Amino acid sequence: MFHNIYRTTSLTTRQSNLYYRTLRAASTSTTKGKVLTTARINPHIRNAEYAVRGALPIRAEALNKQLQNDKSLGFDRVVFCNIGNPQQLNQKPITFFRQVASLCDNPELLKPEHRDDLLKLYPQDAIDRAELLLKHIGSVGAYSHSQGIPHIRENIAKFLERRDGYPANPDHIYLTQGASAGVQTVLQMLTENEKSGIMIPIPQYPLYSATLSLINATPVPYYLKEDQDWGLSVEDLKKSVDEARAKDVDVRALAIINPGNPTGQCLTEENIRQIIDFCQKENLVLLADEVYQTNIYKPHQRPFHSFKKVLRSMGNDYNNVELFSFHSTSKGMIGECGRRGGYLECVNIDEDVLAQLYKVASISLCPNVHGQIMTDLMTNPPVEGDASYEQYNKETKGIFESLQRRATKLASCFNGLENVTCNDAEGAMYLFPRVRLPNKAIKAAKDAGIATDAFYALKMLEATGVCVIPGSGFGQEDNTWHFRSTFLPEEHLFDQFCSNIEKFHKDFMTEYRD
Amino acid sequence: MASTTPKVLTVENMNPHIREMEYAVRGRLAIRAEELRDELAQGATNLPFNKVVSCNIGNPQQLNQKPITFFRQVVSLCENPDLLEPEKESLVSQLYPIDAIQRARQILKDIGASIGAYSHSQGVPALRKSVANFIAERDGYPADPNSLYLTQGASAGVQNILSILTQNEKTGILIPIPQYPLYSATLTLLGATPVPYYLDEESGWSLDVEEIRKTVHEARSKGTDVRALVIINPGNPTGQCLEASNMQDILTFCHEERLLLMADEVYQTNIYEPEQRPFVSFKKALMEHPQRDTIELVSFHSISKGMIGECGRRGGYFECCNLDKGVTEQLYKMASVSLCPNVSGQIMTALMVTPPKQGDPSYELYQKEMTGLYESLRRRSKKLEAVFNAMEGVTCQPAMGSMYLFPRIRLPEKALAKAAELNQKPDAFYCDQMLEATGVCVVPGSGFAQKDGTWHFRSTFLPEESLFDEFCGHLKDFHANFMAKYK
Repeated sequence: MFHNIYRTTSLTTRQSNLYYRTLRAASTSTTKGKVLTTARINPHIRNAEYAVRGALPIRAEALNKQLQNDKSLGFDRVVFCNIGNPQQLNQKPITFFRQVASLCDNPELLKPEHRDDLLKLYPQDAIDRAELLLKHIGSVGAYSHSQGIPHIRENIAKFLERRDGYPANPDHIYLTQGASAGVQTVLQMLTENEKSGIMIPIPQYPLYSATLSLINATPVPYYLKEDQDWGLSVEDLKKSVDEARAKDVDVRALAIINPGNPTGQCLTEENIRQIIDFCQKENLVLLADEVYQTNIYKPHQRPFHSFKKVLRSMGNDYNNVELFSFHSTSKGMIGECGRRGGYLECVNIDEDVLAQLYKVASISLCPNVHGQIMTDLMTNPPVEGDASYEQYNKETKGIFESLQRRATKLASCFNGLENVTCNDAEGAMYLFPRVRLPNKAIKAAKDAGIATDAFYALKMLEATGVCVIPGSGFGQEDNTWHFRSTFLPEEHLFDQFCSNIEKFHKDFMTEYRD
Repeated sequence: MASTTPKVLTVENMNPHIREMEYAVRGRLAIRAEELRDELAQGATNLPFNKVVSCNIGNPQQLNQKPITFFRQVVSLCENPDLLEPEKESLVSQLYPIDAIQRARQILKDIGASIGAYSHSQGVPALRKSVANFIAERDGYPADPNSLYLTQGASAGVQNILSILTQNEKTGILIPIPQYPLYSATLTLLGATPVPYYLDEESGWSLDVEEIRKTVHEARSKGTDVRALVIINPGNPTGQCLEASNMQDILTFCHEERLLLMADEVYQTNIYEPEQRPFVSFKKALMEHPQRDTIELVSFHSISKGMIGECGRRGGYFECCNLDKGVTEQLYKMASVSLCPNVSGQIMTALMVTPPKQGDPSYELYQKEMTGLYESLRRRSKKLEAVFNAMEGVTCQPAMGSMYLFPRIRLPEKALAKAAELNQKPDAFYCDQMLEATGVCVVPGSGFAQKDGTWHFRSTFLPEESLFDEFCGHLKDFHANFMAKYK
């Protein structure tokens, strides 16, 4: 039973599915006589929605294709701001990482007879790292341990110790195909039946809502406060959990995204302590989605604190709080999305549950080995003194500062639009501006049978080629409208990108002014 | 003390389907094998063997099978496009053949962005086009790239299809006995109903359509909504290959009984009797069937098997035929939640199906490597089959395909009693003893299911050829000792 957590007139599931159908190539009815029809499929799949690659991006892909032959569209390129996919927008990969990965794929190059030539193309430290990894892996083409290669898990444990100042156990680390796969597995483990409740932020990254739909668990929303920099109060959490439990929902976990997605806020250490304390009091497992932990744009005011670190710092009284932390190779400065790498760390999880987690991992055999290698590299980059350190540092710093600049620029652009306000991005890769649209626009949206913010986003796409995602895809307070945009378009095209949006918004407001 | 308070998440209150499901291929015995491997690595000298041989899983490169050179050269270049810069050309062409360089350039151009970007959720369109071309060439009938989904191994595709098929707990899926336990485990996880149909060991693990029909009718009379038939061809663990005429009967059967056909064809290039039993894809068979435009078929392939054995890369695809458009849209949506299959796996899938051609600089080496691996697999399969058939009380059907043998063991009463005493199934007991005596890890037949009262185990024939006689010797000795002990 789909629990409509979006208490707004968002795109309903039926409308969304209808929209999918009309957007894709028109087709004659193929349902007649079929064994498998949409009426007979898994109803949870039918109910699930994932806007990040939903109606708007599908339309954007169609326009992108059209542009190949049709020059009359009013823009010369589609700009995909719907998804945090930096290398699609020409962000360069980290050189050292690609060098190591390349050598791991072709160990023939490491043979002594090629060494002279190899050194003209690869730095010594990349060669050393590849040799070390292959020593522990064997071949990158073999299935590895289902939790991931032991050597890499050991390295991740060491990284965690350096990051937090507290030890980590390699046996409690699982390498995963992106953080998404880890999140889905944990949510599935947690779901005993349809009454199992998982607290999720509103707004949230719709992997959570979609997965809860798919596994038929109950989402228990808690609202972030836009006018307090998307802050999170324990009172609000308490209210949510009490309300749900009063309705017989078996609330058992709290998912937090820090830095937030789509909202970009970074939690203070105090806030994290309160949340941990709350989870202990309310018997909740904590799920800490920390994939944007290196995308931190106000490092002095709002540095990143890992939930693991804060938990450990709270001492023995809290060493029973059960925590899953997630990280990924897709974000940060490295943006290796297509590689599907990441890990989850289990803290204070029951040993028998861990054995079950292993079993689930074993059915898919293992996470892809290149994703594991990238996770190793991400957590153990070149250090001072290494041949590649300078270049590594330069590349990551360059990308970081550029992200910081673009975050500020786009926030400023959005804040300059009529009736639009936008909180700063303290972290992550997105802005989530709030648009206040005139009644004429609201009516036009209704007539078109889609949510108001979807209507606005669609108009933006068709006018400028810029694809963003309507706020209804993430959840939002009743009677508010937002959209999520990345700030990833290339810096040298950024001013043009901003002015295109400004022009569109002006024209839109003119057209729909009450 | 806080640390003694009960856990929020326990085995009792977790997802019951996960608790129930089993996957023997990496189950208890494999876990024990890893423990022994660790002990040996730490210098243990008290074990009766000096290495652990993992025959539980089709993982060729773990047993030192070499990867295909050309494929690794191409992906290596795709990883590090700096190597393709013009100023590096003279140096790089000392290390890479020209066709690998050209192929990498073409692939990167086709991908458009970097291999580090999320791709289309169905997989990069140009790479799907390569797969479609391969299918057309293989079968003589066209394939539509839009009906293709690149996946993280065939396993991920199988799980998605089973998931979408499962409307509720009454949904029934026909699975072969014995079967690869991805199927049984996934059906447990989904809360769907497995509907087993038995393969007949004495006739080479053949499949009798009328027997399956009876099974379907029986299940339906009990209220099971039987809606799909899983066929693994070549079989796993059983290795049999279907005859073309048999396949036509199966298609007719699916049409008559209104079943969607899932054809797991990951071993399609591991074919050891190519003259008697060549591989015919179900897609081809479908195209030659009168109901070619009606019968719903999903076919699966993988880069993990064949001669290339790129298991750790997690690549593969499935092809949909005659599926309802609305259903394919839902499939797309499912794929989109996980964003995309890993791009390296996608590239390897495209490479697998578009290898070097005659005239290409890398063709000779490619052919040599492939032929070498193929013939070695064939030799080892025959050798191990002979070894098993020579063992007391053991019979073993030949492997027409795949990477496994599934011998039947007939154990003496005393052994059965000992197993019962230890609360183990007889084949699990036998396999346990084999591991502890020889270091060889296989999988008990009960992990795949088998006819009541019969016992089997599945072993790969992947140990390196140079060590194969020794490996066979250990198995022979173990078996002789075991039978003597429990006579």
